[in-house]
Amino acid sequence: MNAVYLIPLLPLLGFAALVLMGKRLGDPLSGWLATAAIGSSFVASVVTFAALLATDVDGRSVTKSVFTWLDVGGLHVKASLLVDPLSMTMCLFVTGVGTLIHLYAVGYMHGDSRYPRFFVYLNLFAFSMLMLVLGDNLLITFLGWEGVGACSYLLISFWFERETAAVAGKKAFVTNRVGDFGFLIATFLAFSTFGTLTYKGMFAQVDGAAHTTLVAMALLLFLGACGKSAQLPLYVWLPDAMEGPTPVSALIHAATMVTAGVYLMARMSPVLHEVQSVQHLIAWVGVLTALFAATIACAQDDIKKVLAYSTISQLGFMFLAVGTGAYVAAIFHMVTHAFFKALLFLGAGSVIHGLHDEQDMKRMGSLRKWMPITSVTFIIGWLAIAGFPGLAGFWSKDDILAAAWADNKALWAIGVFTAGLTAYYMTRQVALVFFGEERWRRADSTGTSDTGDTGDTGDKEELTEPEPVAANGHGAHDGHAAEPHESPWTMTVPLGVLAFLSLVGGAINLPFGKAAFLERWLHPVVGQFAPELHVATGTKVAIGAAVSGLAIVAIVVGFRLWATRPDRARLEPEVLRRAWGVDALYSFLFGTGGGLLAAESAAVDRAVVDGAVNGAGSLVRLGGAQLRKAQSGYVRNYALGIAAGAVLLLGYAVARMGL
Amino acid sequence: MIALETGTGTAGFPLLSTMVLLPIVMAAVVALIPRSRPEMVKFVGLLASIATGLLTVVALVDFEVKRSGFQFVTEHEWVRDWGISWKLGVDGISLFLVVLTGVLFPIALAGPKVRRDVKSYVAWMLVLEGACLGSFLALDLLVFFLFFELTLVPMYFIIAGWGYENRVYASLKFFLYTLFGSAFMLVGLLALVFLSTKGGHPLTFDLVELANRQALAASTARWIFLAFALGFAVKVPLFPVHTWLPDAHTEAPTAGSVILAGVLLKLGTYGLVRFGLYLFPKASVDLAPVLLTLAVIGITYGALVAAVQRDLKRLVAYSSVAHLGFIVLGTFAFTSQGLTGGVVQMVNHGLSTGALFLLVGMIYERRHTRQIAELNGLWKSMPLLGGVFMVVMLSSVGLPGLNGFVGEFLILIGTFVTHRWWAVVATTGVILAAVYLLWAYQRVFHGEPTDDNANLPDMTWRERGVMAPLLVLIVFLGVYPKPVLDRVQPSVERLLSHVESHSDFHQPGVAAGGDK
Repeated sequence: MNAVYLIPLLPLLGFAALVLMGKRLGDPLSGWLATAAIGSSFVASVVTFAALLATDVDGRSVTKSVFTWLDVGGLHVKASLLVDPLSMTMCLFVTGVGTLIHLYAVGYMHGDSRYPRFFVYLNLFAFSMLMLVLGDNLLITFLGWEGVGACSYLLISFWFERETAAVAGKKAFVTNRVGDFGFLIATFLAFSTFGTLTYKGMFAQVDGAAHTTLVAMALLLFLGACGKSAQLPLYVWLPDAMEGPTPVSALIHAATMVTAGVYLMARMSPVLHEVQSVQHLIAWVGVLTALFAATIACAQDDIKKVLAYSTISQLGFMFLAVGTGAYVAAIFHMVTHAFFKALLFLGAGSVIHGLHDEQDMKRMGSLRKWMPITSVTFIIGWLAIAGFPGLAGFWSKDDILAAAWADNKALWAIGVFTAGLTAYYMTRQVALVFFGEERWRRADSTGTSDTGDTGDTGDKEELTEPEPVAANGHGAHDGHAAEPHESPWTMTVPLGVLAFLSLVGGAINLPFGKAAFLERWLHPVVGQFAPELHVATGTKVAIGAAVSGLAIVAIVVGFRLWATRPDRARLEPEVLRRAWGVDALYSFLFGTGGGLLAAESAAVDRAVVDGAVNGAGSLVRLGGAQLRKAQSGYVRNYALGIAAGAVLLLGYAVARMGL
Repeated sequence: MIALETGTGTAGFPLLSTMVLLPIVMAAVVALIPRSRPEMVKFVGLLASIATGLLTVVALVDFEVKRSGFQFVTEHEWVRDWGISWKLGVDGISLFLVVLTGVLFPIALAGPKVRRDVKSYVAWMLVLEGACLGSFLALDLLVFFLFFELTLVPMYFIIAGWGYENRVYASLKFFLYTLFGSAFMLVGLLALVFLSTKGGHPLTFDLVELANRQALAASTARWIFLAFALGFAVKVPLFPVHTWLPDAHTEAPTAGSVILAGVLLKLGTYGLVRFGLYLFPKASVDLAPVLLTLAVIGITYGALVAAVQRDLKRLVAYSSVAHLGFIVLGTFAFTSQGLTGGVVQMVNHGLSTGALFLLVGMIYERRHTRQIAELNGLWKSMPLLGGVFMVVMLSSVGLPGLNGFVGEFLILIGTFVTHRWWAVVATTGVILAAVYLLWAYQRVFHGEPTDDNANLPDMTWRERGVMAPLLVLIVFLGVYPKPVLDRVQPSVERLLSHVESHSDFHQPGVAAGGDK
């Protein structure tokens, strides 16, 4: 079990090595070093996982202390790692998917002028994320929480020469800080209530704690989760985060970091269990976010923006699961989502790479003929997220919807509708990118072609037109003249592995008795806090069938619509293209409003606070100048003064004596 | 009760007196070097400050960890009839401020270039160093006051002599403003000393003796505390007496700003702890809500005003108003965490804001402007400087793993236990800090550099050497603050139990812990 130390240590060492000699290693060696660091961390995770699996069920929660971090008065915070089924599940998929994305980035970032720095950040991110999930107390989790936030900031604004990237990075950090405000206050509250910040110590005292305190704590932590996991109303940073390089979008803004909020909620399940009202709130925020983001995804043109809104929507599903007490379903969906969404992002990156930095789907089309591996894997990812029966996403989404059905039919109905929308907007994306006309041939095309070949789902297996693998770098910005090319092997291998996982990933928790591994595995951590699910098998099958049916209908409809014509303005209403105007509203409220407040404060500082000081100074000077006139040097003036003073004194004395 | 403990440490050697007097004597030596030998002046000055710094490190190494009282105490009678003596000592509260002073002065002397009259400049800096150390070490009220006032003179000349365009206005404002505060303090100090003779006690200026006497009536103590608090509040500076600071910081030469922010402001917060809480425990508990409120206003208001500054240096200056607000908040929370966090934050702020001023100075030396609007894309033209600035900025923002977080977190959690809503409002300062610093970073360092910003030399080896110790400390104190906390905490606990025994206040059990 001591291998657990290596899990965060290896990426940290990778980070340190790259800081010191990344420049010397250069491109691609620094990338390989980073990949090796996270890859060996994956091996360490597997070893630890195996050791934990071999342990008796009751003993599957081990704390490993490293050193004392903060020790003041009654506050004792150790840098300790908690090895339990939940943290190991997180470690496995964070390092596993992380390794694949590092590998992908070795090829994707090739030729970038700041290649080594990219991997410095990436390894630091991996370290922070692992501390987040391994921390045995709120403060170590917060260390990781802020660390991933900082890395996210650095990586979104990686191409900081672009104004939009710089702004997006800052926006992500600041929006997350609003959530962190909640996390911090929750930490203070936990300390003043329980006198400890360790999960074990807190959970042992939950029974004796005041209900309102627990409500406040749960709400505050949920605020933190909403920031990190991009839920209403704090989701606005995630779509903009797509300014970062695509591996970053895949790793941080789809597979790992954004799931931290869900992880935190699962970790705090003993507290959430006590506060039903907050659970309802979480479920509703989750399902509404899912619906809200899915509607926006239907009308986006940017290949990555669609995936970003889709991520927000899928995270909403996870919170729906958390809110209904289905923690296992939430984690299950988190894992499968990591597989297929990372796959979709990497596929999108491959497309962008192949088309020389084109991101507008309206200028794509028919790419299946040019990028066979990318398109086949992307299509698998699409079917997985759409909930096509048998694929990973089908099983996990099904679990969530079953739990919603048992909890509240309205939640379920919205969830099902959103699942249908998901299938629809993802079909739109696939149709626009891989089918239809080759719109990228016209460099000046605005994507208004309405004729063309009808794509056909049937021929996707026959994509045999091999394109020579263009190994040239990302640096080739030679416009659309060149034809799209397939990506190098470092990029296609991760696609293949993730596609495989998206196909069979559901196997970790099949809803058939003993097959439900994840359910049994996580039971010691969250099991007792999840309500027993009372859904008859028949009902469950019926629900599953209905949802899959809806998904298939949505796929067919989406395909018939978008593989034929890329411009359907009526299906892309302006309000959705503008994401319901929330961003505009926020920038008005906080940008203009906040700016005004700050400007007013500064004006007050100058005019009033400092004005008073300078005013006092002037007054003294003025008074001095006036007084100086009295000192004229004429004896008769002084005599007059003395006489006047004497008269005044005399008058005062007389008055006092009451004469 | 707090009894005097005489230090042994380095037997016989008057460590603290040497520490204070060495730079002052060396200032006189520097004054004797001919004006035509600036390189020699620089060398001697740097050597003197390094030697002083090494002495502070000796104190750190020899400091006994578990002991809460004053160590290395030296006492020499000065004016017997008045009970005045040259008495110096160091405890956990002052130890790291002393070390900070010892570290920052060589950096300030070695870092930024001096354009004219090197001799006077170096001499003033050395006098300033001695005065700062004297203020932190003095255990006699009069000696403290003399050193406290003495810091004003060299700082005034440094701003007025080597500052920027508006230096005359800024230096005069700085001088008069702080003198105004000190006047109140002097009156309070004399009142305290003379009123403490009540009941047949002999006249004394001894800090420990006066703190233990507690001879004043409650209302009298309150008024005298207010007089002290006003003097220190100006120095901190606490809202609303902060407006000298942006001017002084902006107009001071880089080294002046580093010392001003890094060390001189700490005289205010240190004074509040050492003389406010210690001498007037009851009054400080009673008046805590006032100071907490001013601190919280300073945190949020300072951040808001910082956000809209057009001058990068002025922005950093306003960030100090916010950060020092945190220290005052922790001080008047009266918990182990709050007070320890406050002391730690004094050191952290000195490191990170000192580093920020050095970096802004480096930018100024290259671009001859501090206007944010005229700067852009600097990370591209100066990758190393941009990276270092990023780390320091994240420390200032309070990112866990870097030093700033440790102090801020301890302050906030310590305040939350006793004054919940103040802590909640102060925590918004964490969001605001991200807003103004990241926004400034984006405008200055991000983007494509245009014309004047495109071809700038990156950090020189000298600049790297100056920043390296600060960066190491910023990371080290963030990851492993235990050595600092272990030395600060016993003295803090002792101060708190002093406060508790002289007032009806008691620290909540959660904060105090079981070992109390």
